[in-house]
Amino acid sequence: MRLDVLSALNAERAARRAVVLVTAIESGAQRLVTHDLIDADPLRETLRKRLHSGKSGMEETLEGRVFLTVHVPSPRMVITGAVHISQALAPIAKLAGYDVTIVDPRTAFATPERFPDVSLLAEWPENALPRLSIDRYTAFVALTHDPKIDDFGLVEALRNECFYVGALGSKKTHARRVERLRAQGLSEAAIARIHAPIGLDIGAVSPAEIAVAVMAEITTARRRPEAAS
Amino acid sequence: MTHTDNLSRDEDILKAAEDWARGGRGVALATVVETWGSAPRPVGANLVIDGDGNFLGSVSGGCVEGAVVTEAMDVIVSGKPRTLEFGVADETAWKVGLSCGGTIRVYVEKIG
Repeated sequence: MRLDVLSALNAERAARRAVVLVTAIESGAQRLVTHDLIDADPLRETLRKRLHSGKSGMEETLEGRVFLTVHVPSPRMVITGAVHISQALAPIAKLAGYDVTIVDPRTAFATPERFPDVSLLAEWPENALPRLSIDRYTAFVALTHDPKIDDFGLVEALRNECFYVGALGSKKTHARRVERLRAQGLSEAAIARIHAPIGLDIGAVSPAEIAVAVMAEITTARRRPEAAS
Repeated sequence: MTHTDNLSRDEDILKAAEDWARGGRGVALATVVETWGSAPRPVGANLVIDGDGNFLGSVSGGCVEGAVVTEAMDVIVSGKPRTLEFGVADETAWKVGLSCGGTIRVYVEKIG
């Protein structure tokens, strides 16, 4: 691999952009296909399938045998609300391979004692979220049911096409939330992307059970996006 | 931000490959390109090797790394990529011991 190709590959990964390295196994010829180049690539159909699955692999193509190295950014989870459910959800998400960040301006909640080993920002989402650059590989979970804390994050998550956006609250709470988001100019289609009530319907009662339901819903959104809408 | 599983991400490995090459070392990258049976490391797993035989990462969880490193040092000299196969049907594989019973194919290329 040429060093400039490797540098470009590492730069794409550092910027959390999906990229595929195409290597012709016989000749050693290589090309890096970034997101903006896929539509023009002769292997575009195959590349799209690979990016969707996130799996690297060998392919027989008109170009001969090629190995596709697929790099999809690692998933992240951003949670507003350093609450009970978050205390269970953060470790579960970490086990499932997510980088977890919790944002809550209420310093009584956002303490390292309650959240060991988690990136914890005791700040308003308005300050913290822009810095986190949430993206389509991020799951956003709003758990405070306080509009002052949750709403900003929900709007940001929808605008940045987070693959999962969920918000805690009863149907009534959510109906009021929908009104507020509409008033902020969000489209019906965007608002409909919010999972609320949050979590798969598994009869969860305790905070830990709700966390499991949320993690399961996020997993569906990531692994079976067509089924999760 | 914390990473729970650096092993599965290969992030450090490709960055190390770049850093080593920029630092003037001869560098090769080995990638698992195909697996059959119960292979210990998935397709896409990387091992980076320098001209002195230092390495980082894993293509088999320890079973065939030694053989891959030796081949990689040749690739660093020749500059020509090669594909290696290790498996139960292969006598060399028995020797180097892919004990899990799987077969893997590893692509080794020079960086730079």
